[in-house]
Amino acid sequence: MTTTASWVGSAALNPAPQPLPMFASAVRAGFPSPADDHLDAEMDLHGYVVKRPAATFFARSEGDSMIGDGIHHGDLLVVDRSLEPLPGRVIVVALDGELTVKRLERVGQRTYLSASNPAYQPIPLEGREAHVWGVVTHVLHSLPGATP
Amino acid sequence: MIALVDCNNFYVSCERVFNPALEGRPVGVLSNNDGCIVARSNELKAMGVEMGTAKHLLPPSIRRQVTLLSSNYALYGDMSRRVTDVLAEFSPDVEVYSIDESFVGFHGFDSATLEARGQRLRQTVQQWTGIPVSVGFAPTRVLAKVANHAAKKHPGYRDQGVCLLAADSPATQALLKQLPVTEIWGIARRTGERLRVMGIETAWQLREADPKQIRRRFSVVQERIVWELRGQPSIQLDDMIQPKQQMMVSRSFGRLTSSPHDLREALRQHAARAGEKLRAQQSVTSAVMLLVRTNAFRQDLPQYRNRVVVTLDRPTDDSRELIHAAIQGLRLLWRKGYAYHKAGVMLLDLSPKANRQLTLTETPQTEEEAKRSERLMATVDTLNRELGRGTIQLGLPRAGNAWALRSEHRTPRYTTQWEELVHVR
Repeated sequence: MTTTASWVGSAALNPAPQPLPMFASAVRAGFPSPADDHLDAEMDLHGYVVKRPAATFFARSEGDSMIGDGIHHGDLLVVDRSLEPLPGRVIVVALDGELTVKRLERVGQRTYLSASNPAYQPIPLEGREAHVWGVVTHVLHSLPGATP
Repeated sequence: MIALVDCNNFYVSCERVFNPALEGRPVGVLSNNDGCIVARSNELKAMGVEMGTAKHLLPPSIRRQVTLLSSNYALYGDMSRRVTDVLAEFSPDVEVYSIDESFVGFHGFDSATLEARGQRLRQTVQQWTGIPVSVGFAPTRVLAKVANHAAKKHPGYRDQGVCLLAADSPATQALLKQLPVTEIWGIARRTGERLRVMGIETAWQLREADPKQIRRRFSVVQERIVWELRGQPSIQLDDMIQPKQQMMVSRSFGRLTSSPHDLREALRQHAARAGEKLRAQQSVTSAVMLLVRTNAFRQDLPQYRNRVVVTLDRPTDDSRELIHAAIQGLRLLWRKGYAYHKAGVMLLDLSPKANRQLTLTETPQTEEEAKRSERLMATVDTLNRELGRGTIQLGLPRAGNAWALRSEHRTPRYTTQWEELVHVR
């Protein structure tokens, strides 16, 4: 039968299969079990980078304008929409109808989107249609030998 | 108080999150096989394009301006789950009513704080997911629906996006007096005509009617609507009329269960029941959403809720295909270590079977045949599981062939496929 499954939420909810050993909450009221200290869960990279699953999206970077921040063409970006776009943060912005990744900067009273590649000029935000889409929290860059 | 949270122009809003150039422009989303318009942006509504308009009947002048997209149910399902997850941050009591509407219980909250909470909820959903929502608070589901409608459309509430209607308050009276009785949830047009003969034309007149008389003349369901309009909760979620183009079959388990077999059995039954309902109304579906959750009122237990959309290659009303989709979906949803409370199957993108463009396996099923094919399915599944996938394949069309569902203008599945992520420069 040909149905295609697509799961809802790569960047999403799915609590890591077993974040806590089952009995951890049950023993809360009693004496701490001496064994508790030695329970090492499998390390879950998804949970490590995705703090707010409902608000976290993955994006693919294009071009070399952010190379100075270690963002290469084709890298995977983790974008958290729940974070505030403070100056200094690398953000995704909807600028004139397109999604772009740049660093938010304030100089005096003026706000700019700056690239981290000297070949690109800072973009003053004054008088432009710009909406913050989210804050980039992590970059995943693959090296030779990695299978995509 | 209970809130109905409804996503504004949901499918279009999902598309706009990943393609901001669509903001402020007329956009329509098409049903399966790109047949007719099932979602419209406000700009498209303003052009007078009705819901359900066939694509080929759009006037050329509108055709030139509008962006028409094929439906992308993988994306809508994922965005819908995200919205529900944000709602759960505001109250554990979230009940999914349709892909774009949820009831959120605010029992025990101070009503004076609710409008502010509604504002924060709206703002948070918008920021975290990019989806605009409207919020209607009321003591009952029927009134919450009225409140939600006002929050979306009424000049007095529209700017806020939040409307709170206390039972019989001056604001509630004013709204119900303006509202034709047929606009109330659950009042069919024919019932409305009979009510009019009795001199009941507005929602407020129905609120004033004698419930016993309404029960005698109509039914116990109509009587409950009177109680609901008076602010007395009388209608359970499962008794509410289903929105068009969607069909939900869901039930709570008699007791909490951690057994994958129980979940599998429940989803199998729900899918089969949904198939029956679908055939009874002569419709077909092209996307199946599966939902599972734990009991939110047992905060002493680990909590989990999730859902998945399985898209079908072609529209169907065949229970076997629905069950198959349900079991496939469950594989992705299942997590060990949770006590499950509820499972459900929601069929999306319903369309009349008569409009189906190609019919391949057009065999009406009797109960006996259905049972037999179900047993057949189970055997096939077992063999495929034990001897390897594809050991036995059914004579159904494969992906990419001439019969595959047409979706020429589908946007990438931005949130569920690694190869289709949104690009940022």
